[in-house]
Amino acid sequence: MSTLHTVNKSSYDRNTLETCVSLTTKGSEVILIEDGVYSAVKAGNKASVIANAMGDVNFYVLGPDIKARGLSEDQLIDGIKVVGYSDFVELSVKNDTVSSWL
Amino acid sequence: MKFSIQVNEGPYTHQASVSALNFIKAALAAGHEVFRVFFYHDGVNNGTSYTTPPQDDINIANTWSALAKEHDIDLVVCVAAAQRRGIVDEGEAERNKKSGTNIADGFRISGLGQLIEAGIESDRLVVFGD
Amino acid sequence: MSEIKKFCYLNRTAPYGTVYAWESLEVVLIGAAFDQDCSLVFVDDGVYQLLKGQDTTDLGIKNFSPTYSALGDYDIKKIYVEKESLEARGLTVDDLQHLVWEDEDDDWAERDSIILVTKNELAKVIDEQDVVLSF
Repeated sequence: MSTLHTVNKSSYDRNTLETCVSLTTKGSEVILIEDGVYSAVKAGNKASVIANAMGDVNFYVLGPDIKARGLSEDQLIDGIKVVGYSDFVELSVKNDTVSSWL
Repeated sequence: MKFSIQVNEGPYTHQASVSALNFIKAALAAGHEVFRVFFYHDGVNNGTSYTTPPQDDINIANTWSALAKEHDIDLVVCVAAAQRRGIVDEGEAERNKKSGTNIADGFRISGLGQLIEAGIESDRLVVFGD
Repeated sequence: MSEIKKFCYLNRTAPYGTVYAWESLEVVLIGAAFDQDCSLVFVDDGVYQLLKGQDTTDLGIKNFSPTYSALGDYDIKKIYVEKESLEARGLTVDDLQHLVWEDEDDDWAERDSIILVTKNELAKVIDEQDVVLSF
């Protein structure tokens, strides 16, 4: 069974992403949405949460949320994929279950 | 695929309802079916007919109503959560002696069983919240 | 008849500070009537929901913690509690309510509902679920 995990809070605000990542299995996918996108900024000191897990887990970040917050793609961790809502839907179809970390 | 969505937060205070709306629009555009949207916790406040946001901002309740009408989506507000927060339809107004109703078009009030049924009947259930 | 799905109720929040703990439990109680394969998961501050000795008298609000002890009657047998979340908070399973279910295949013997799991074990449990309800 494959799981798409969603995280909607910044790592600088809550421990949601850390908990989510600690509970993923190899091959899982994580999409950062809403305030969760801030965790994808490579200059931040929480970027390692994602960078360290990228070998086992695929990370995505929702483009409209990046844009809304005045972030640009070149500020993001290398290897993180920026996607739109239609890709978000495809990811939820491709994986067996969606698990939202609230 | 058949999707159901759970919305846990009210309009404006959290982004949850907007994220849910955008996800649903994308799912419909891709040819998927949206079986039910279940509003829980403060999410029931998405179903108020008394909202008057500024003209230059999204009218979230109206957006839900219009989407439901166009695509025949079942918008269900949880009765227990609605009773706590004061979202009332005619049945609830009569049962609980309330002076009026405030449920928006296209929404209906029903039990938590509708959420479980949505999980059983749908291929995917996606939750948006805090 | 549709196949039975694995439903997971994911709890990460403490009780009383927000409504999520109580309203999550309300879904569990209703959901029990649908005969699906239900698991409850408590991680991070969610573990506080299960602490013994909750007394809300001085707050003047409802103490819903006794409801957890009724879960066995609703056929809820799998209550996963993450070990690392307990340890981080200086708790052990002895600080939690003793939750049980009765095994009708074994002369109604009482069995523990709380299953203490490590992060790795819990990750696999979550991965097996068909529907994850978060609050």
